This record gives sequence, C-alpha cells and structure tokens, in this order.
Amino acid sequence: MSRIATKFAALKAQGRGALIPFLEAFDPDRETAMAILRGMPAAGADLIEIGVPFTDPMADGPTVQKAGQRGLKAGATLGGALGMVTEFREADAETPIILMGYFNPILSYGVAKFCADAAEAGVDGLIVVDVPPEEADELAPDATANGLDLIRLVAPTTGDERLPKVLSATTGFVYYVAITGITGTRSASTDDLAAAIPRIRKFTDLPIAIGFGVRSPQQAGEASRIADGAVVASALIEGLLASLDAEGRATPATVPAVLDRVRELAEAVRGG
Amino acid sequence: MNQQPPPNSFRQGPDARGRFGTFGGRFVAETLMPLILEVEAAYEGSKTDKVFQDEWRRLLKDYVGRPSPLWFAERFTTHLRKNAAPGMGAKVYFKRDELNHTGAHKINAVLGQILLAKKMGKTRIIAETGAGQHGVATATACALMDLPCVVYMGATDVERQQPNVFRMKLLGAEVVPVTSGAATLKDAMNEGLRDWVANVSDTYYCIGTVAGPHPYPAMVRDFQSVIGIEAKAQMVEAEGRLPDVLVAAVGGGSNAMGLFYPFLDDPSVAMVGVEAAGRGLDSGEHAAALSRGRPGVLHGNRTYLLQDGDGQITEAHSISAGLDYPGVGPEHSWLHELGRVTYSGVTDDEALEAFQLCSRLEGIIPALEPAHALAEVMKMAPKMPADKIILMNLCGRGDKDIFTVAKHLGENI
Repeated sequence: MSRIATKFAALKAQGRGALIPFLEAFDPDRETAMAILRGMPAAGADLIEIGVPFTDPMADGPTVQKAGQRGLKAGATLGGALGMVTEFREADAETPIILMGYFNPILSYGVAKFCADAAEAGVDGLIVVDVPPEEADELAPDATANGLDLIRLVAPTTGDERLPKVLSATTGFVYYVAITGITGTRSASTDDLAAAIPRIRKFTDLPIAIGFGVRSPQQAGEASRIADGAVVASALIEGLLASLDAEGRATPATVPAVLDRVRELAEAVRGG
Repeated sequence: MNQQPPPNSFRQGPDARGRFGTFGGRFVAETLMPLILEVEAAYEGSKTDKVFQDEWRRLLKDYVGRPSPLWFAERFTTHLRKNAAPGMGAKVYFKRDELNHTGAHKINAVLGQILLAKKMGKTRIIAETGAGQHGVATATACALMDLPCVVYMGATDVERQQPNVFRMKLLGAEVVPVTSGAATLKDAMNEGLRDWVANVSDTYYCIGTVAGPHPYPAMVRDFQSVIGIEAKAQMVEAEGRLPDVLVAAVGGGSNAMGLFYPFLDDPSVAMVGVEAAGRGLDSGEHAAALSRGRPGVLHGNRTYLLQDGDGQITEAHSISAGLDYPGVGPEHSWLHELGRVTYSGVTDDEALEAFQLCSRLEGIIPALEPAHALAEVMKMAPKMPADKIILMNLCGRGDKDIFTVAKHLGENI
C-alpha cells in the first residue's frame, strides 16, 4: 500500500479527515522552507503538498504567484524541490508528500527521469495542474511505472458525464477544487461542499480532499469532515509573508508563523 | 528536427486531440476543460451554420471593409532594385489588411469569435492584448454587439500603447493593467485565463492569436484564412499566377497563418515567417521562439517557447508590443519542424528602418509588426530575379506606433 493510501486508511480508522498544508518550495529561501517542511508533521500535517515554482502559474491567485516568484528568486528548480524531499525523508518515512506544479518544468527535466527521481526522493503523488485527462498519456505511464499517484483535480464545472473519465485516471486521492476560480480568492459555502462531495462519491471510492478557498481552522475542520481532507495554501503563505522583513527575507518569526497556523488548523481538523 | 515524412497535405491539422504533429493540445486546468470542449463543439457547429457564416461574411464586407486590396508596391520595388544586380529585384505586393476597420487583421477573427460567443449564450467577453490591436478589435466588436468587455493588458504595454488604451476605453471596454511577471502579453494571457476560470458560466475568452488550447489555434487560423483566400484570387487576377514567396510577421502568428494556410499545399509557393529578433538573435533580448527556443507547454498548448534550462519561461523582447511573446502558435512549430515554412528574425533597428522607408516610399505607415516582415522583404527581394513575386502581409497600420517610433528616433511629439 502506498504512503498516501496507508495514511488515509489510518485516518479513517481514527474517524477524522486529513490536514494537508501547502508550502511553496524555496519560499522565501531554501533553508526556511526546509525548516517549515520538517516542522509540519509535528505541527499536525497529515500529508504535505509542496508547490514547485513556475513563472506562469495560470491557476494561482496573487498569493501563490508571489510565493512562486520568491521561490524562483531564491533559486528554486524542480530538482531543488526534489532535493528538499530527499532531505525531509532522512527523518520522516511516513508523511506522504505531494508535488504540485505545472507541466513545463517537468517536460524540461524529462518526464521519465523526473518520475524516477521523484520516486527515488520519496515523493508519493503528483498534481500537475495543466495536464487534464485528455493529455494524461504525457505523464501517466511514467508516473505509474514509478509508483507515483496522479492526483487529479475535479472542479465544480466537471459534470457528471465527465466525472468517470477524470476519476478513472486518478489515483491516491481526488482533489476537489471547491470554487470556479484561482487559488486564494473566494471560498465555497458549506452547503455547496455538502452537495458537491456526495456527487463525486457516487463515482469513486478514493478519498477526496477539498482545496481552493479553505482558509480558516473552522473551514478546514468542516471541509475535512464533509470530505476526507482539507488543503490549505494561501492562508499559510499569507502568514509567512507577514513575518518577512522589509526586503522579503525570513525572520526568526517566519517558521513559527507558519507552523503555529498549521497547529490551529490541525486542532480544528482533529475536532479541537 | 525533421524526422517525419512530409504529409500528403499540410492542411490536415489539427487532429481530434488538437495536435499538429506533437504540437498543440489542451493543457489546461480541469476547471476550464469542460468549457474548452464546449467552445470546440460550438465552433464545429458554426462551420455548417449558414446563418452564422452569412452574418460573419456580412460583417467582414460591410463593417470591416473586406476584401482588403492587393497593392503592387511599385516605388518600394523600384527602390530595392537600385541596389540589386541587373535583372534582379523581385516584385513586391502588399496584402493591405491595415485598411481594415480598427487598423489590423485582428478584427477578422474577433468578429467570428464574438458571434460564436453570442451563439453560445455568453454575456461577457474577455481578451488579452499586447500592442492593443486585438483589444481594440474585441472592444469594437463588443460595442457593436452590445456585450461588456474586459481587456487584460500588461502594464508595460499600457505605457507604450497609450493611444490604443484610450481607444478601448472610448469603445466602452474596461482595460485592466497586469503587473505580474514582465507585465507584457504573456502575463496578460495568464490573467485572461485566470479571469475565465473564475467566470466560466457567463464569459467567453476571445484569444487574439493562433495559440492557446485547442480549438483556438485552428479556429483563429480558419477565421484569418480569409486573408490568404482573398490574396490568392487577387494575385491570380493581377499576375495570372501564384506568388513565389509569402512573407509575414510572427508573434503568436495569426496574420501569418491567415495568409499561409490557403497556400500550404501549393508547392511553388515558399513562405517566410519573420520573428522579432529584438536587439539581435544572440543578444538574449528577442522574441524569436522558433529560432532560439525549444518545445514546451504554456498557455494550453505545446509549442516552441523561450525558456531557461529549468523550464521556466523567459521574457521576450521586441520594440513591437504585438510580437513581444515568448511562444508561437503550435501550427507554426509544426510547419517549422516539417520545413514547410522558413522562419527568420528581424531586429528592432531593421524594423524601424523598414517602417520609415515604407512611409516615405509608399505613403503607408505600417505597424511595427509588419515592419518586421517588410525588413525581411528588403533583404530578400534584391537577391531574387525581377520576374519573381513576393507577397507580404501588411497586417496593421502604424498610427498606434508613432509615439514609440518617435521616441526611438529621438523626437518629441
């Protein structure tokens, strides 16, 4: 069983959903991002999503865009993000790691080599925003051959006739994009989510995590109960941003600013 | 790169996946995917919809002023022959799409797309723009058809294309300056896609070039093909034969695809796409995706891109805002690898020289985009026999560029 499946099964046995915090690789620098990544499991992260910076993140709002720009300025590359995972795995063999990003850096790295290196580094799953099921053959064979889960996005616009096509190409878990929009902008209502998740469950037995617009501990708690997990990104990055100095550099407050928020979110997800 | 045999027809693309060879495709987030499929179905339906086709043709004729004339640039031809060997110096013709309403070829595809949007029941239009020509065309069509219009434009371009910004506002459009990235066309397109994701139910994204996810490259090409279809008939009437070489500027590549496409299966017709070489192809400051880039995925399609070794997109540079884009339409990438079309580069300075020469010799102030094509003609014509014919797409007029050009020439206006 993969680390992702094992984790969701264990949480199900505990009767709760997963908290999946996000961090952008190398934001604001490698060392600080590494300290945040290392600290996340103890702060209550069940799975961790690492964003790979890209110059043109077309699904991301200003908060994640700027995090990516800071990461790129600090020297982030796809290889650099894999290096962070390798280092993380020296001390943590259990927490599933998901890389989220865009296709061009992977193409440039070489799809086959990337999937092999990602598996070697200890990555468990991939979310590649701009590779929909229609283009799955670009990535799926190499991902599967290396045991990487391909986590697909399902959106409110994904109709019932399309759901089977999207879900049949999904492994690990389903990432439900709660709003029609970009990251860090609006939030879905509890009612919307309560209607959306059963619609997806009709077509899959995979765990479902909710992302896009999950900001507060209360929202994370609700999302993790309606579905099987909650992804929180922009709210954490905003905490990080507020801790930086005037030149955008990390301060002693940066790592705690993020991890304290992770703790609050975890409390809410664990039924606080 | 060309390892595949030449196809029986160069006009067979795209396939059902929206691919031209390996290029093109639909690399978009899931939120947009159902919408892209909806646009594709609507577009396919419009091809056989007589009411739609008749209305588009009527607008092209009575509103845009088509067909645009074919002009024998006699003084330009004579001038180039002065420095050519005896018997050399090809005849130069212009396809005058700069005479279209709104001053460029962009309106051809915009009217088709806005009619399509109406047919789809969409009530809000968004567009990206570089030089502002596509934005002006979209704002114009939206004024005519009574639809709200939002145009995303890089803040850098807003600065250097003030006249077009004001035109769009006069036409009732909202112009949103985009400050992310280098604040040019690429970033405006990112912002357009973000808006669309957030407003999928009522909004149509009117893309200005032969790029983006399928079906846009094919759809914009088909609408722009009116240029080449007209030019072919006009050339046969004027000269009794087809031209020997077609020349067109390539940013995203819509005016070039529009001219080239109807001629692709005429083996006697050579074609040259002219990319912006900016400060020089080896200066690192240019917009020559085909000459200096490599294949990658951006804005929904696989195509040649300017990118670094890690797959991060690098900034393009050109004096022409309309060519300032790090990618190129996927069909151009395919034609490049097949060798059917040759792609060259023209620098800012060469384009500026052509801009001035055309103004003085022909009484036509060209846009900086076709000034690149013109500069290529200036290099090519003197090396060709005098009985050869070059047809260049004069795809836009230069009114919008006079401030930029004046600044480069050190004049205050």
